[in-house]
Amino acid sequence: MSAPLFRTIGLEKTFGGVVAAKDISIDVMSGERIAIIGSNGAGKTTFVNMVTGYLTPSAGQILFDGHDITGLDPRQTAQAGIRRSFQIAQVFAEMTVLENMLIALIAGQDGRPSARAAITPERIDIARSALDRFGLSVIADTPAGTLPQGTRKQLDIAMAAVGDPRLVLLDEPTSGVSADEKMAMMDTAIAPLDASGATILFIEHDMDVVRRYADRVIAFYEGTVLADGNVAVVLEDEKVRKYVIGDSHA
Amino acid sequence: MMPTLDFRRDHLFVAVLALLVIVGFFLPSWMRFLIQTAMASGLVALGVMLQMRAGLVSFGQGLFFCIGGYAVGLLAAKAGITDVALLLPAAALAALVIGLVLGLLLSRYREIFYAMLTLAVSMILYGLLVKAASLGSTDGFNIPAVSYFGFVPDQAARPDWSYALTGVVVLAGCLGALAYLRSGAGAMLDAVRENEIRLSYLGTSPRVLVFVVYAVAAVLSGLGGGLWAISSGHVDPEMTYWTTSGQFVFVALLAGRGSVVAPVMAYFLLELLRTYALDIAPNAWQLILGSAMLAVIVLLPRGLWSLVARART
Amino acid sequence: MKLVAILLDGLNYSAWLFLVAVGLTLIYGVMRILNIAHGAFYAIGAYVCASALGLYYSAGLPEAGAFLMMGLSALVAGFVVGLLIERVVLRKLYGQDEVIMVLVTYALFLILSDAVKLTWGVESYYVFQPYAYFGYIEFGNLPYQVYDLLVVGLAIVAGIGLWYWLNRTRTGILMTAVVADREVAAAMGVNVTRIFALTFAIGTVLAAVAGAATAPKIAVTPGIGVEVIILAFAVVVIGGLGSIPGAVVGAIFAGYARAICVHVAPQFELFAIYAVMAVVLAIRPHGLFARAEGRKI
Repeated sequence: MSAPLFRTIGLEKTFGGVVAAKDISIDVMSGERIAIIGSNGAGKTTFVNMVTGYLTPSAGQILFDGHDITGLDPRQTAQAGIRRSFQIAQVFAEMTVLENMLIALIAGQDGRPSARAAITPERIDIARSALDRFGLSVIADTPAGTLPQGTRKQLDIAMAAVGDPRLVLLDEPTSGVSADEKMAMMDTAIAPLDASGATILFIEHDMDVVRRYADRVIAFYEGTVLADGNVAVVLEDEKVRKYVIGDSHA
Repeated sequence: MMPTLDFRRDHLFVAVLALLVIVGFFLPSWMRFLIQTAMASGLVALGVMLQMRAGLVSFGQGLFFCIGGYAVGLLAAKAGITDVALLLPAAALAALVIGLVLGLLLSRYREIFYAMLTLAVSMILYGLLVKAASLGSTDGFNIPAVSYFGFVPDQAARPDWSYALTGVVVLAGCLGALAYLRSGAGAMLDAVRENEIRLSYLGTSPRVLVFVVYAVAAVLSGLGGGLWAISSGHVDPEMTYWTTSGQFVFVALLAGRGSVVAPVMAYFLLELLRTYALDIAPNAWQLILGSAMLAVIVLLPRGLWSLVARART
Repeated sequence: MKLVAILLDGLNYSAWLFLVAVGLTLIYGVMRILNIAHGAFYAIGAYVCASALGLYYSAGLPEAGAFLMMGLSALVAGFVVGLLIERVVLRKLYGQDEVIMVLVTYALFLILSDAVKLTWGVESYYVFQPYAYFGYIEFGNLPYQVYDLLVVGLAIVAGIGLWYWLNRTRTGILMTAVVADREVAAAMGVNVTRIFALTFAIGTVLAAVAGAATAPKIAVTPGIGVEVIILAFAVVVIGGLGSIPGAVVGAIFAGYARAICVHVAPQFELFAIYAVMAVVLAIRPHGLFARAEGRKI
């Protein structure tokens, strides 16, 4: 069996005595598609924020591709090959969709500022074909701020996918999206990510979405991992049904 | 919707500015001098505008205007170095060195704290200069006539030469700023203003970008100060007083962030207005200025759109 | 001897700085407006006071009543101008970015500065009588103006009064509620608009009082507000924007920094205050008494 792409060992985060995450040890193999479930306050977002460097863990270790990335900042984790999208889409509202993608390209490739002209025909081609893959071509010249929330989230995910990151974390990709659009949303987001060979972790509340798109589930409860494994097994787990799924249908 | 990252037309604007500079050469001498000082100051306003692209308002850009001016003044009046080939690089270098050092500190700050701290450092220099008797305290000191790459123009030709020098350097400054905005570091300034956290998650450091823009603005402002000193033949601490910096902010605000030539042109407009306003109503100039500023803020929110709608995601 | 001089000068200067700065910090604390026009309100206070005293003395009324006149003129001038500016300009712009509001008040500063020039002309006004009225006392052989002592007293009264008002009166407590959370306060039925108007007027009155108290010590002349505003900025930034105890500490820091420099190294007099400000900001970016606000994603 090959080494995991990503692993956390005994990850812990406390905020002035309040434990937000505790003893999180997870191994993720390359190519897996993992759903993270749990009620609000279960520690899911804290976990994502630690992994991507927004929060520094109080204890524990994060390994990515064999390297210790504990304590790196968001820029460094992004450069290492971990990207994320956000529960509330984080886009550059005044720029067009294409410009948003160009900024994502420039930021990822010129990690340090460079003196070369940033917007080249090649980059515009790359940005356009990426928009194509995510089905956003038609709105390439629309300012991102005028897009509906669902489309904005798609753009957010497309930006996270720029530069073919090895690991992509999607923070509630279907929240704020109407019930009948959720599957379409996931289809357009997951397919191009899969095609690029990215390993995907996504936070999700809708168990139908989880069943359809995940091949493994990690359930969080009160800052720690309650269950981790095969979708069918975890979702039928008695504790998960009681503490996680019961709450999440609210 | 105006594309924020498209500067293809800016080369055209710079060409228009170049044409105006040439036309200016044949204008009456008082008007030509007005253009000359406006261009020098406009370079500083351009520095303020670049920072505004990143959502940062420098309320102390006079610092580098003054550093550039005093670098030229000290070399020419105290050290006997009077050739522009050395004076202007010295002005730019002095501003760059101070800009790099201060930039390390300032790049950590945003919003009102950036404005306050830039103001504080500019006032520190002011406080030092007004007490420096050997530099003429509040009166400053005069600068001898300069030479141009070894050539010393006679008295009558001096204004022609300094005008040409200012025109060439300011145009070069605009082209430099344009190249910077087209580069990765410049193109991402808008993204810094709009959503810094997103930008770092995409793999770049907003702090480094702010550091760079501060240094670039410092160099432009230092050059502007050096040119202003050569043009007027005089420097004084007023150059780093907060009201001078306030004027640069005013012009940058008026000009908007759209084009690199806008601050230069806006500065000329301002100086022209001032000339006539001071004739008609000498005690109402600031009143006019303030009212215009309020009008821009209230009635032209598009020009300020970016600052207003920032970070409301 | 030098030490006594530093202590007394520092005390005077700190008290004056506090008077000048406290209105600024109050307005920022409640309204999130860094008010550059504060300097103009200070100038207006000084001018109105000088004019009022001029009229008073020429009417030949008893000299002691002049102090009442000073207070009254500052109060009325500050209140009227403050309410007017708040109603006509600021109210239309609430909710704008903080940096935009700085530019708005900068514009107001420019406008008011010229309004002062147009109203009072460009000559200087001198009203030294109140300053000379009480004479001086001696510490060792250092003369100390009793008037300066009164300014120290005024600063203490203003500070305690403001504290009492903010912490012990109904309106003051409502005001702190607005500071804590504008929306919640509004939802609870607090009239935020009225609170804002009142806060701004009180801040303006404080600036005018500072100007009036200073008028007998200086030549009241165009441009007196320009330097004052920068000093007041330094004080509130050192203490932490929006904090009243911060303004006390900031005024003492800046006041004594200057006093020490005046007596020990006069060439660094002005430099000292801004240097203290820069050092404090470099170490504690949000000032000594303010908490940093994080951003949630």
